[in-house]
Amino acid sequence: MNFARKAGYAAVLGALAAGAAQAEISDGAVKIGVLTDMSGTYSDLAGPGVVAAAEMAIADMGGKVAGKPIVMLSADHQNKADIAANKAREWGDVEKVDAYVDLVTTSTALAVMEIAKQTHKVVLISGAGSSRITNEDCNPTAIHWTYDTYALAKGTGSAMVKEGGKTWFFLTADYAFGQNLQKDVTAVVEANGGQVLGAVKHPFPATDFSSFILQAQSSGAQVIGLANAGADTTNAIKAANEFGVVQSGQKLAGLLVFISDVHSLGLPVAQGLTLTTGFYWDYDDKTRAWSKRFFEKTGKMPTMVQAGVYSSLMHYFKAIEATGSDDGPTVVKQMKATPVEDFFARHGKIREDGRMVHDMYLAEVKKPAESKQPWDYYKILRVIPGDEAYLPLSESKCPLVKKS
Amino acid sequence: MDFLNIPLPAILAQLVVGLINGSFYALLSLGLAIIFGLLNIINFAHGAQYMLGAFVAWFGVQYLGVNYWAALILVPLTVGAFGMLLERTLLSRLYREDHLYGLLLTFGLALIIEGVFVQLYGVSGKPYATPESLRGALNLGFMFLPKYRAWVIVASLVVCLGSWLIIERTKLGAYLRAGTENSQLLQAFGVNVPLMITLTYGFGVALAAFAGVLAAPIFQVSPKMGSDLIIVVFAVVVIGGMGSILGSIVTGLGLGLVEGLTKVIWPQASGTVIFVIMAIVLLIRPAGLFGKEK
Repeated sequence: MNFARKAGYAAVLGALAAGAAQAEISDGAVKIGVLTDMSGTYSDLAGPGVVAAAEMAIADMGGKVAGKPIVMLSADHQNKADIAANKAREWGDVEKVDAYVDLVTTSTALAVMEIAKQTHKVVLISGAGSSRITNEDCNPTAIHWTYDTYALAKGTGSAMVKEGGKTWFFLTADYAFGQNLQKDVTAVVEANGGQVLGAVKHPFPATDFSSFILQAQSSGAQVIGLANAGADTTNAIKAANEFGVVQSGQKLAGLLVFISDVHSLGLPVAQGLTLTTGFYWDYDDKTRAWSKRFFEKTGKMPTMVQAGVYSSLMHYFKAIEATGSDDGPTVVKQMKATPVEDFFARHGKIREDGRMVHDMYLAEVKKPAESKQPWDYYKILRVIPGDEAYLPLSESKCPLVKKS
Repeated sequence: MDFLNIPLPAILAQLVVGLINGSFYALLSLGLAIIFGLLNIINFAHGAQYMLGAFVAWFGVQYLGVNYWAALILVPLTVGAFGMLLERTLLSRLYREDHLYGLLLTFGLALIIEGVFVQLYGVSGKPYATPESLRGALNLGFMFLPKYRAWVIVASLVVCLGSWLIIERTKLGAYLRAGTENSQLLQAFGVNVPLMITLTYGFGVALAAFAGVLAAPIFQVSPKMGSDLIIVVFAVVVIGGMGSILGSIVTGLGLGLVEGLTKVIWPQASGTVIFVIMAIVLLIRPAGLFGKEK
């Protein structure tokens, strides 16, 4: 075999290899599929607001990326894993969707990730919370953007223990997310020298929390941790308020509280609550500028989930712009190689396990007298640097993480 | 899980809390039982009407300056009138058809009403302040009982017993019971049965709205508040015996107590215990605890 021939083979092989991951937009458009809860328990914190955020991202790109139009589909997954999976499969096969966006319940996120694994599509998760998504269930093309149970536990849990809340009692929603959250917080509390006295696993969803609040009161714990979300959290806070939990010296820790929850409770009931959030609209000029635009479109200030969807989509579009391709693995590689720094994410970077690590905020809900304008709800107590907030890679169980 | 490990004060406190929930069950199942008794309609819109009660109370405060006490009277009247309108325009067309049509119609109505409210107000709900005079708590020795919750027990017991007395002890109630037995015969005696049916439906709906106003300060006023509760209330009606007035009141309160105890003994089961009881009751007494075999 002479040299020229070898070179010829090499060129052909090289061209073939490049062809596989070629700089090209498949099917002449970039299609994103927004799967979220449009009418159920989580529709205020995600839902129509997530669709609005995605529309803003597309409009800000001028409707085009890498010269091709961006098309958005959206559907209601009703917080059910089977519905989410069926829709994702249909969108992948028939509509040729390139990326799935939001996914607001852990079970739906895990189901869609499984499908994306086979088809190499991108999954940009904002609403779902479980740290499993980038830990034992991590996936090469899935990115977990906004927050996770580990970061919530770390933020709120360690802050409350340091303030003297040594003994804890949990009200836990009896499903994967609630149990995961309780486990993560328990680890943080015990690591900081605290102690968990007990827990009640309540049905999901539950309406009346007075009975569970009474049990938490009689436990004598200094902190009552609410390992639930949405209406369960607001109803639990209301009951706690009514039964005088805070007045009698116990503290409430809302482990997952969104600004939509605080808005619906009102400050007289929600005041004093400590919480961890990935985003607050009134943090600085950049967050305010974007949030005001969101407010003009929807009439509400964004939750961290909605802001996260915009941020993740812009990062995704820019990666397509840079590579000229909408091939899942190619785009994700580019996304992981580029730091994330925008109105939403401070010091953001996407790790090999798919976790977008960024600064988190420990916040306290203001007293009614401290609130100067509508939606003026949080006092930011502390910025938690991303590397401190999220699970260190050295403790990760994700197979994608190379252990040295 | 050991019953004996739970101290007595805790049990007493849970019983009181159970009684509060039972009051809601009793009010709602009473309305359902009255409607089923006379109209033979399984009113699936009952949860939505309960939610409407809470929302109309919220509208009252928000836009019209109607306070809680006025709302307790005005809201049931308003929502009850809306119920009568539904009965006249829609339900009345179905009396000759099978039960199933009424069930489907009211179920559809419930979905529409709920959907419209989700669209307009979102799912998180609106806060409704507890009236000034009922804030604070009573010290019962074994627990602090919020005054408002105590009021809920009193108000619903008074309304339930009042309704029961009207139905069992007055002439109007006698007509109603007669209509339940045989409406054609009653009409032959010159009683305006269609009017009576309309008023009865309105009364049942008004009871749901009354419960909604009572619930507004406790829970968030939210479009989903009715659908969360209505399934349990149906189970209560089935256990009590479809159409039995006293049965629905007694089982409503009783099941509230059972559920309250379950929440201390085995909280995970508190969402299902009522349905387990329902299954057992149906196996042993298919007509329900207070129902008559037909």
